[in-house]
Amino acid sequence: MIGELFLSGIVVWIAGTVACLALWRKPAIARRVACGAALAGSLLDLAASFTAIFSAIPAEIGLPFGNPVFTWAIRLDPLSAYFNVTLAALAAAVSLYSFGYLREMEGRRNLGAFGFFFNLLLASLALVFTASNAFFFLVMWEVMALTAFCLISFEHEKEKTRNAGVLFFVMSHAGTGLLLIAFLLLASSSGSLDFSSFHLLASRMPPLEQGAVFLLFLFGFGVKAGMVPVHIWLPEAHPVSPSNVSALMSGIVIKTGIYGMARVFFDFYGQPPLWMGTLVLALGVASALIGVLYALMDHDLKRLLAWHSIENIGIILMGFGAALMFRSLGQVNLAALALIAALYHTFNHAMFKGLLFLGAGSVVQATHTRNMEKMGGLIRRMPVTALCFLVGAVAISGLPPLNGFVSEWLTYQALLAGFGTTQSLTRLMFPIAGSLLALTAALAAACFVKAFAIPFLALPRSTEAADAQESSLSMRAGMAVLAVGCVALGLGATWFVRVFDPITQQALGIRASSALVTAGGLALSPGTAHGGTISTAGIALIFLLAGAAFALPLSMRWRSRSVSGPVWDCGLPGLTADNEYTATAFSKPLRMIFSALYRPRREIQAEYDVSPHYPSAIRFESEIERTFEKRLYGPLRDRIMAAANRMKGIQAGSINIYLAYIFITLILLLLFGVRG
Amino acid sequence: MMARLIENVAQLLLLLALAPLVTGVIRTLKARLQTRRGPGILQPYSDLAKLFRKGMVIPETASWIFMAAPWVVFFSTVLAGLMIPMVAAEAPLGLFGGVLAVIYLLGLGRFFLALSGLDTGSSFGGLGSSREMTISALAEPAMMLAIFTVAIGAGSTGLTEIAGSAIGQNWRFLAPAQMFAFAALALVLIAETGRIPVDNPDTHLELTMIHEAMILEYSGPYLALVEWAASIKQLVLMTLLINCFWPVGLQPKWFGFGALVGIGWLLAKLLFLSCAIVVLETVNAKMRLFRVPELLAVAFTLGSLALVSTFLF
Repeated sequence: MIGELFLSGIVVWIAGTVACLALWRKPAIARRVACGAALAGSLLDLAASFTAIFSAIPAEIGLPFGNPVFTWAIRLDPLSAYFNVTLAALAAAVSLYSFGYLREMEGRRNLGAFGFFFNLLLASLALVFTASNAFFFLVMWEVMALTAFCLISFEHEKEKTRNAGVLFFVMSHAGTGLLLIAFLLLASSSGSLDFSSFHLLASRMPPLEQGAVFLLFLFGFGVKAGMVPVHIWLPEAHPVSPSNVSALMSGIVIKTGIYGMARVFFDFYGQPPLWMGTLVLALGVASALIGVLYALMDHDLKRLLAWHSIENIGIILMGFGAALMFRSLGQVNLAALALIAALYHTFNHAMFKGLLFLGAGSVVQATHTRNMEKMGGLIRRMPVTALCFLVGAVAISGLPPLNGFVSEWLTYQALLAGFGTTQSLTRLMFPIAGSLLALTAALAAACFVKAFAIPFLALPRSTEAADAQESSLSMRAGMAVLAVGCVALGLGATWFVRVFDPITQQALGIRASSALVTAGGLALSPGTAHGGTISTAGIALIFLLAGAAFALPLSMRWRSRSVSGPVWDCGLPGLTADNEYTATAFSKPLRMIFSALYRPRREIQAEYDVSPHYPSAIRFESEIERTFEKRLYGPLRDRIMAAANRMKGIQAGSINIYLAYIFITLILLLLFGVRG
Repeated sequence: MMARLIENVAQLLLLLALAPLVTGVIRTLKARLQTRRGPGILQPYSDLAKLFRKGMVIPETASWIFMAAPWVVFFSTVLAGLMIPMVAAEAPLGLFGGVLAVIYLLGLGRFFLALSGLDTGSSFGGLGSSREMTISALAEPAMMLAIFTVAIGAGSTGLTEIAGSAIGQNWRFLAPAQMFAFAALALVLIAETGRIPVDNPDTHLELTMIHEAMILEYSGPYLALVEWAASIKQLVLMTLLINCFWPVGLQPKWFGFGALVGIGWLLAKLLFLSCAIVVLETVNAKMRLFRVPELLAVAFTLGSLALVSTFLF
């Protein structure tokens, strides 16, 4: 039953793909068919996978064709189903939003092509999450990467877009290469490519091989997830794609890396050595901090959000790292807590980052710029978008009572409990990671003060912003769905943690939710004795009651005594948008404080007419250094180019020589095979 | 259930009533130490009462954020105040959240106040918001390290448990880890409540102000709410500091004669801490903004030392 429902979702998406291909020349119909199919497929998938989480026996679907190496094996176990729920919930909202969002492109762009890739991306994502054969998984992984590449490069007339697409393409394939080696190593050990044969297999391998496989998977999946230091494609690729695609990319496509890690770490490995968890935790901390620090300096609204994806991936990895460490220390209960924190944050991030990218899409469509410094005052022109964006901003900053707070709270609890699990120096890692998580969260709050206030508040900084129009009904509906999701996942935390029971049962053999929920379902606790409690529902209830009892009536009364007046402008003739604080100015203190990382460079040129004290025009330029691109990838690219140049010598262009190469390779492989 | 409700109401009243007094006491003591007469310790009450009766000017450029922010700040601060143990070791609203919730609720208030600073379009507001968010972000890791040290000792982030584990160990604060953590948290307290040497609560000079710049456009009842919330926040953080590290006089329950003893101890400890703040404010000058990170780095180092010394002792 679940299997059929899931397959019907896939079929609807594929049908949407084919239909869009047929409607290549009819953009108006193609738009409706593309979004309708995506929405219907998402709802079917949502129903199927939500049921699948709780079903006792995982639904397995095998198609009758294939060969011993490549089988069409689909398995909806709780972990797969959970990621599918995330996918379907986000995709449904994004599809709804796309009805209105794509209308503007009608006649200008090929919506048939867009619908084709959009539906294909959703289908391939669902299959990546459910494939249970390594070969099938890698094929779907590639289909996903290629369709994502096509969607990123959709506005390919701009050079920046093309470059970003190519960067994604190259890095994605380097990652796939690592995955391929890792899967082959596993397969050579198990003799099969089925995921079921890999279960706990990696832990039985010799230590060296075990470590190699771990690193290959970590970095192979890390590329897709946007983990530091293999993150550099992400802040380039996410902003240039259409915003509904950005929402999917940040919300769910990068989560395929997280899914892959979860599958490897908690299914293929049993009890991993301690260094693995330590490494993941350290990379998580680095990703979180680097992500948020660069986000603070970015004033391109969408690129800022892309940097925050790296930050949130870091927070998720911190949970994974802690879970791995607890597992190697034999603390299964704590491992479950950390795993729940990470997976909860995965879902939360899909909700609020999807919401923020959709909000940014509305803003960009209304103002025709991604540069925050040219926006302003949009809360008056676009009230619904502003409210939704605010919900997302509060959620991503980890502030109560919304969903980001809940998962960060769980992460803190896991890290705090970690201190007592070992006597070695390693235990200092937990509180240090916790304090850096606090720094990350506080910097994220600072960043989202900027990201909300500069575009939405105060006076418009350009005529486009002053004339902005509120988005269409379907776009607002799409954002509202995700905003409601953020609120519900925050307030309904005690209800939602039950979803993780089957997953922790599968991965760690315990069900944790009953220990996590206390006070009759009102409050959440870390599950340790006397651990602290939190009740987001209670906090929200008090806010609502106090607001209704005091804030509303008193504000009404005070309004009669209030007059509207001008803002203090230091005696100048009236406040203009030029007087406002800008995003650059807002982030200046942090640019100064962290100048060792940013290495900021600025240039001021003033032109004078008469007096040297009154410049007639000032040109200001400010730039920060992209440390990773310059110091890590720059030299690497130069080496690769140099090596490629040297290899030019063997490429003579004569077919005979190429045939000889093939022949020699074949002989060598045969010799290798005989020897092995 | 009923008992819990009474506790909450009692602590709520205590918070609302005591907060302006602490501000008044600090101001008066500071004036005396600088051989001024000062406005008298009840002045903040009069200020609040007057502001609540006045009309207000709403900037033309402001949106609903400007109207909502004072309420969010006020409610979140009061809610945080109900989650800390003041008189009894049992925090009245401890079920709804522990020390993490307190920090993040204060963060929620700060978030909205910073938005309101940018909402009016005045450059002062933006300046204040930018500085406030920067300093609070840098204070956060030191604060979390200190809190981790305390929470690890109690095995919980619940403040009822933290205070409960400290009861009966009145000299526990002499342990090295506790002393380092206390010093770290004290520095954070100075930064978070906007006191010298980080911020000067009495200044209105654009080069120096942080908190005052953010709320420059508020007037009348909204200004009263923001000011009241700021003094409640100060009380909450001071109480958190003294009751986590120096639990002497904390009562097991809120009821009966014990509550009076508990209130007496609380007042005595707050007075002591106020004196320390006054001396610190008088002998120090305000720091340059870009020196503040160094101070917070010291706090972070102290927090790390606290953790390492739990290892050693």
